[in-house]
Amino acid sequence: MATDRVASDGDNNPVGVDKKRRRLLTTGVGVVGAAGAAALLVPLVSSMSPSARARAAGAPVEIDISKLEEGQRVIVEWRGKPVWVLKRTPALLEGLDAVEGNLRDIESDASIQPEYAKNSYRSIKPEILVMVGICTHLGCSPTYRPEVAPADLGDDWQGGFFCPCHGSRFDISGRVYKGVPAPTNLDVPPHQYLSDTRILIGADEGGQA
Amino acid sequence: MSKANNLMSWIDERIPLTATWDKHVGKYYAPKNFNFWYYFGSLALLVLVLQIVTGIFLTMNYKADGELAFKSVEYIMRDVNWGWLIRYMHSTGASLFFVVVYLHMMRGIMYGSYKKPRELLWIFGMLIYLVLMAEAFMGYLLPWGQMSFWGAQVIISLFGAIPLVGDSITLWLRGDYVVADATLNRFFALHVIAMPLVLIGLVFAHIVALHEVGSNNPDGVDIKKVKGADGHPLDGIPFHPYYSVKDLVGVVVFLIVFFAIVFFAPEMGGYFLEHANYIPADPLKTPEHIAPVWYFTPFYAILRAMPDKLAGVIAMFAAIAVLFFLPWLDRNPVRSIRYRSFAYKAILIAFVVAFIVLGYYGMQPVTPVGTWISRLCSLVYFGFFVALFFISKGEKTKPVPERVNY
Repeated sequence: MATDRVASDGDNNPVGVDKKRRRLLTTGVGVVGAAGAAALLVPLVSSMSPSARARAAGAPVEIDISKLEEGQRVIVEWRGKPVWVLKRTPALLEGLDAVEGNLRDIESDASIQPEYAKNSYRSIKPEILVMVGICTHLGCSPTYRPEVAPADLGDDWQGGFFCPCHGSRFDISGRVYKGVPAPTNLDVPPHQYLSDTRILIGADEGGQA
Repeated sequence: MSKANNLMSWIDERIPLTATWDKHVGKYYAPKNFNFWYYFGSLALLVLVLQIVTGIFLTMNYKADGELAFKSVEYIMRDVNWGWLIRYMHSTGASLFFVVVYLHMMRGIMYGSYKKPRELLWIFGMLIYLVLMAEAFMGYLLPWGQMSFWGAQVIISLFGAIPLVGDSITLWLRGDYVVADATLNRFFALHVIAMPLVLIGLVFAHIVALHEVGSNNPDGVDIKKVKGADGHPLDGIPFHPYYSVKDLVGVVVFLIVFFAIVFFAPEMGGYFLEHANYIPADPLKTPEHIAPVWYFTPFYAILRAMPDKLAGVIAMFAAIAVLFFLPWLDRNPVRSIRYRSFAYKAILIAFVVAFIVLGYYGMQPVTPVGTWISRLCSLVYFGFFVALFFISKGEKTKPVPERVNY
């Protein structure tokens, strides 16, 4: 052992050791080391956020709706999510008033949509619906159920969207029913009409989402 | 003979090989009254080894890439020599891991193995269970089928229920705006490196803690109280050869069942490998019916039973968290169910039935009846811990013997 170099006071405590200095050094190194480790967390954690490429892939997409028939829905991919573009029939639009009593957020106050889509149609043009097809509960994609009063959805059904995962119901404007797990209406993405038949999804006059 | 002895002492002077063997195997005295329920600890260890070995060979042909993952799994199944066997062993192993672990936990609950001085042992075990669930969940994403994709989408979205920061957390977890290639890659990294390392570390701590305090037994008797002249417990027998040989019997029976499943029912009718997972992931379309694999369904049923998103998420995590506190919720010093009151046995049976019924309804599509039964069973599940807290104080128990019975 090192007893020949360090004298001991008999209690196994070496004498002539500057404990204050040792404590200062170990504390100093400990604090600096901890700060360094904490600083390293920043790049590590940040590397798990969407990369520059993933963010760039979130660029707006354009869709031509000139061939869209009444009652037809097309699905386009924006930021990897399904975005529905639906041309509603007058009958479907009439059903909107009938279901209002069953809805949780009729005026879309708690829901996500651009200001120009904060109306009962939740769209710029009443018949054309542009909507993110992701349930606000746990992210499944609801099914499009335009028929009136089908056997599995009940007599009150005026057409809308039904999530198969956990049973959430939405009207044909994507407004959520009461008593289902989804908390808010389906999201409307920012979008604008480039012409009568061309829609840009993901950007509007206010800028890109 | 003496040459072998010389070699052993040469090694022992450099690393405590004999001492470690004796402490953990050769002279580890375990109660002599272990029964059927005591197979599942060693079986869990066996499955862990099987999973690691088959997993290593799967990574040799698997491609963690959103474009290639599904095809690479099909490639393993069709073109890689014996690939089907390796993959089915891995997928069957995942389900049987949970079978074994659930039975192992049941044993611990029945015989009070979580009670003083085994609280930390129980907590290490619970941590293993938690990491195992994360490991299984991440592994299930890798085949990149429809169930992989939408299951991950739903589970990651759970974190979105957290107020204020929920959406940022889900975005960070996925690494993209939806479950995508970035998500698949990080799940692969966590599944094959991070989680297994943590798991092995926890299993090591679990066994060290077990061997420090000694094994409990079906009587809940402390065998260290009565020792023979040699200093070993009179009711104890060395782990090797007594229990190593007993466990071998368990291993043989287990492997018969294991390979019967691998060879004849690897999908287990859609319970071990869900049918929808044979369709490649499609971010634009959710399958008509999605459910997690069976070992998660009790907690999934609790999630769905709640009419509110945040409440559902809290209840689901609370259902797992409450188990950590079992050593302090049960205030009765009597360990084994054999010497406990009728009331205790009744609530334990209700708890087990509720857990199984929840597991069943967690697999089924949402129906009003199913939701109400799930709510009732969720109440029973949590009610067990509340009732236990009150019943266990001043519970009328039978006298616990000094020595073990069989």
